[in-house]
Amino acid sequence: MEIGFYPGCSLNGTSLEYAQSTLALAKAFGVTPVEISGWSCCGATAAHNLNHDLALALPARVLALAEQQGLTEIMVPCAACYNRLSVAQHALNNSEQLRSQTSQQLQMPLSGKLRILNVMQVIEKYIADKIPEKVVKPFTRKVACYYGCLLVRPHDVLQFDRLEDPQSMDSLMRQIGATALDWGYKTECCGAGFSVSRTDIVARLSGKIVKDAVERGAEAIIVACPMCQSNLDMRRPHIDRYLNTKITIPVMYITQAIGLAVGLSRKEVGLEKLFVRAPEMEMAE
Amino acid sequence: MSSEQKSFAAEIRSQTGVNVNRCYQCGKCSAGCALNENMDYPPSVVMRLLQTNSAESYSAVLHSQAIWLCASCQNCLTRCPMQIDIPQLMDYLRIQALEKKTVNKKSKKIVAFHRAFLDSVRYTGRLYEAGLIADYKVRTFDLLQDLSVAPRMFLKGKLPILPEIVKGRLKF
Repeated sequence: MEIGFYPGCSLNGTSLEYAQSTLALAKAFGVTPVEISGWSCCGATAAHNLNHDLALALPARVLALAEQQGLTEIMVPCAACYNRLSVAQHALNNSEQLRSQTSQQLQMPLSGKLRILNVMQVIEKYIADKIPEKVVKPFTRKVACYYGCLLVRPHDVLQFDRLEDPQSMDSLMRQIGATALDWGYKTECCGAGFSVSRTDIVARLSGKIVKDAVERGAEAIIVACPMCQSNLDMRRPHIDRYLNTKITIPVMYITQAIGLAVGLSRKEVGLEKLFVRAPEMEMAE
Repeated sequence: MSSEQKSFAAEIRSQTGVNVNRCYQCGKCSAGCALNENMDYPPSVVMRLLQTNSAESYSAVLHSQAIWLCASCQNCLTRCPMQIDIPQLMDYLRIQALEKKTVNKKSKKIVAFHRAFLDSVRYTGRLYEAGLIADYKVRTFDLLQDLSVAPRMFLKGKLPILPEIVKGRLKF
């Protein structure tokens, strides 16, 4: 089974383990991601903060390329890209004028019919029912599933999961043997794009998230967004300074956790790329 | 009212579809805003300032730190009983502040980062992280930023030295 694949910039650099583990997991379940050829940046936070036209044209170019290459469905693991592409397609589909203008600017047709799926949706659609039979090393740990903002909001556009207490990741983690904890920061902001310009803010916001997870007894935080991951993981020294303690809880991608449970190696899921070391989580049966 | 004095609220509504007068000041946006502590005006106060329709209040908003500290997490919109799209309003206000050159002085680094980001996308089509950081440092003279984390990123293969150049990228 083939599915279109938009890696986005983060998965090519700071979050390459997210790409590695997503691709390895897809392969293990017979799903073949087809990368959109010639893809470019979705514009991220910068575009919608500074330039209204770019906030639409940049993601629209990606959508048009995917359509041009005959793809009908694309997997977008980065929550920020998933959000920007979905918001753009929603805007284009709500205004015929905007769509024809954008299509003209890009000199490419835009049908607006592409299905844009985040990583949980792809897993639920193509992989989930085969997970139980494939689990060889149950992930028997207590975890805090952290969704962040961009995966579930705005609900009108994304129509994915619950707004305040989403469950999709929790349910997948339970399928591989984990205990998904109730906790208070599932969709609280990590500080997102302020990682470089206001690291102090990221330390405070991400610090609160990490602290709650630890206090509830979590042994790992599970994420599906490169910005969330790098803020909670790579910014740990700043978080530790803010909390005035040393916190050792690892922050893993959902694709890494499932990958380990179905027998992929630590290397195959890129576990050594994390800044905060993830100890042996998987338990051999 | 002369056309020049067209109500700020009406102008915002025609540009964004957001009607600031629907806000009845319940304060849920400010209560849920993760950045509230860092803001000069929390979101509900921004709404109130815009409702007063005075040039002075509008100018205060456009000079504020709040509009740049909004991380677009959408918590406010999620919880607003009137479903007022504050994140979209913030996007509009930021662009207004850029056009009117009223960017808050304490927010210059945030803007510098966004500009460096878009520069990277302009020149290569994708985000080139090493270039982004260099560009940001030139813009802010913040030479020490991430000096400790960059070598570890590089060793883990997370900081490619050379950019990938996308053919047919958007010209802007």
